[in-house]
Amino acid sequence: MSETVLQHNQVSYLEYQGRFKGLFAWIFSTDHKRIGLLYLYSMLVLFSVAATLGLLMKIELIAPGKTIMDAQTYNSFFTLHGITMIFLIVVPGLPAVFGNFFLPIMIGAKDVAFPKLNLLSWWIYILGALVVLSSQFIGDGPPDTGWTFYAPYSFRTGTNMLPAVTGAFILGFSSIATGLNFIVTIHRMRAPGMAWMKMPLFPWALYGTAWIQVLATPIVGVTLLMIVLERTLQIGFFDPALGGDPILYQHLFWIYSHPAVYIMILPAMGVISEIIPTFARKTIFGYKAIVVSTLAIAFVGYFVWGHHMFTSGMSGTALYTFSILTFLVAIPSAIKIFNWVATLHKASIDIQTPFLWALCFLFVFMIGGLSGMVLGALSANVHLHDTAFVVAHFHFIVFGGTGFAFFGALHYWYPKMFGRMYDKGWANIGLAIFFTGFNTLYLPMFYLGMIGMPRRYYDYVEEFHGPNIVSSFGAMLMIAGLIIIITNLIRSARKGEIAEADPWKGKTLEWSIASPPTLENFDEIPVVTKQPYDYE
Amino acid sequence: MFSQKIPDASNFVKGVDTSFMVILGIIFFFLIAITATMIYFVFRYRKSKNPKATQIHGSVSLEITWTIIPTILVMVMFYYGWIGYKPMKEAPEDAFTIKSIGRMWNWQFQYENGKQTDTLYVPLDRAVKLDLKALDVIHSLYIPAFRLKQDLVPGKKQMMWFIPGRVGEYDLFCTEYCGLQHSSMHTSVVVMPQDKFDKWYIDTTRVATLITDKPGALGHLIVKKNGCLACHSLDGSKLVGPSWKGLFGKTEVVITQGKKRELIVDSAYIHNSIHNPNSDIVKGFKRGLMLSYKDDLTDEDIDEIIKFMKTLSE
Repeated sequence: MSETVLQHNQVSYLEYQGRFKGLFAWIFSTDHKRIGLLYLYSMLVLFSVAATLGLLMKIELIAPGKTIMDAQTYNSFFTLHGITMIFLIVVPGLPAVFGNFFLPIMIGAKDVAFPKLNLLSWWIYILGALVVLSSQFIGDGPPDTGWTFYAPYSFRTGTNMLPAVTGAFILGFSSIATGLNFIVTIHRMRAPGMAWMKMPLFPWALYGTAWIQVLATPIVGVTLLMIVLERTLQIGFFDPALGGDPILYQHLFWIYSHPAVYIMILPAMGVISEIIPTFARKTIFGYKAIVVSTLAIAFVGYFVWGHHMFTSGMSGTALYTFSILTFLVAIPSAIKIFNWVATLHKASIDIQTPFLWALCFLFVFMIGGLSGMVLGALSANVHLHDTAFVVAHFHFIVFGGTGFAFFGALHYWYPKMFGRMYDKGWANIGLAIFFTGFNTLYLPMFYLGMIGMPRRYYDYVEEFHGPNIVSSFGAMLMIAGLIIIITNLIRSARKGEIAEADPWKGKTLEWSIASPPTLENFDEIPVVTKQPYDYE
Repeated sequence: MFSQKIPDASNFVKGVDTSFMVILGIIFFFLIAITATMIYFVFRYRKSKNPKATQIHGSVSLEITWTIIPTILVMVMFYYGWIGYKPMKEAPEDAFTIKSIGRMWNWQFQYENGKQTDTLYVPLDRAVKLDLKALDVIHSLYIPAFRLKQDLVPGKKQMMWFIPGRVGEYDLFCTEYCGLQHSSMHTSVVVMPQDKFDKWYIDTTRVATLITDKPGALGHLIVKKNGCLACHSLDGSKLVGPSWKGLFGKTEVVITQGKKRELIVDSAYIHNSIHNPNSDIVKGFKRGLMLSYKDDLTDEDIDEIIKFMKTLSE
């Protein structure tokens, strides 16, 4: 250790002055913490845009016929909403923000294995985001294919879909680079004494996720490239008019996009596994079972993509196999739920905002997962596929699961990241309104699906009107809650009370260092001797 | 989806609803039991009530229990899903077959005796098989009351079948996103008793009697059946394609092979636009959206359509 390093360690990463000043000190920083925040701020902006699109869609659906926009606008809104939420926020979200910030700290390292590659990942991410967004402004109008880009419609539409596809292709590299970085970091940079089975569960979840990112993302990259080649050079991969097969496209798309659901949900489960023991003041129940179920989900998750295609005309054997595997992948998730609830048994629970987020997560994630059981059953799926039921189901998983975990993580690690505490009263009020709005928005959509309302519908028959009104009202309530939550967090970053190093009495390594952390996190690399959640 | 009056609307309602209700029962049990346990623990073991936590690292027997029980339950769920689904793929040989065609953005049903409709008419209590064909992009034929859905994939042969069990009119939707007018790709299934259906079925003259005296009435009927109005309005509003109000006889600016030119909309132009939709695109509209109707419309049909269009320019 040179003297300069010691000097670096006296100021926090937020105040540290490196080679660059101002904005450049951030966008050229290779510090994993600053990169985590870069992702956080980028995503906050993108999330505001995509959530506003969602709100406008729900207002459009408050009554049949035209309410505030025409059909073409509606179709491009749900397309951009989906692309932004999935490719730019939910898939990269937790690993890019909290993985970058906390993975090195939680395993006792000073940074990730490849800090420059890490910064490059963010730059690629921004490039991809700009290319995706450019599709809205250049060419023949915003794409209207839905985020799935199903062939052959994606070849027929006159809209400008190539930039959207190209953007998603570019984003894949960011995902792969981050995954690779995390795998190497976890293998090579754990602090002395931190055996695999002494590693906290969030890094474990990131490890499982990283493997999916590295192995599954190239498939969607190749698929999107094939669309580009087909549209520009008329090579017939997917369009039957050119001799291609539209079902092949669906297979390739879902071979990535289903594992992508586990890229979204595994880190969320990791976050919950951190929050619960901290506020329960208790070691996690069934540490090994949670680790094994994480790896099981990451593995089995590769083999269930066909359940997106039960009505596309696959052979019977394929259908039965995909249905069974879909049911089996639910079991490791159930095991996690049981272990989390068991952790609360005989605990000493300090009910704080992050813990309330975790409880709400458990409730909505259960609804999401259990409604997936209905969709996994072949006969019920035939009725419910591509209806509002599916939309409700995946919003409960993706928004209810990953989204709730993201906000839970933000409230949990906020004092560590910014060295200040948010207003807990407002945080709880915001959560209460958000949670109520969320359920009012999505629960009626289950019912709409049961009575047969298809998804991606701009207009609907009178029979579907009532539940749509309730749902649209819920959307407004939910957005109101979100505004309170986000305003509180932004305001507190400068004006909140100064936070202690360990405000929640957590036991993992991030709570042993200063808030906010110094540039190199640790003055001295810690030696780990205990289990991660040791409250003995 | 819940309690249906007997009899069921189709032979698949029971299988689908049974699997749905069995799974719903199991998941409600788990949702309520786990949520209740969770809330109980939070109250019972909150810090003020239980200041010191008891450290418990886990229990192998519990882990095994809550692995095995859900495994058995999901296998039960799979079973119900499977037996409800299996008969959907096994159409009886003697089923009454109707060719069902989906295109952007309407449905067309062709019967063996040459009858063509945009509404699906089927006889009660008789196996009906739909041979599905998509002309442009993927569509999905969905009859919620029958609990049935099947994608129509261009270039692939697909079928669906059912036995209607109750007289009535039911919604039929497209559930695979297919572009601008996806949500208006909506029609009905009309289930009629066999005798009434037979009367309707053999009456191929009905179309002819309908046209009566009004000029262009037959053309209007042809236009409706072929779904032209999904993209071309009759009241002047701009949809995917140009409105037909006042179109005939009008001077239009079109793009022909990338070059702008003016022409007067006459019979020859209409004829060509139906056979080769992309050869002259009216300025302000997109190419590539309309397919050729060469095989769907005879020259006589087109003449009737032109007669109908003329009535819109008066």
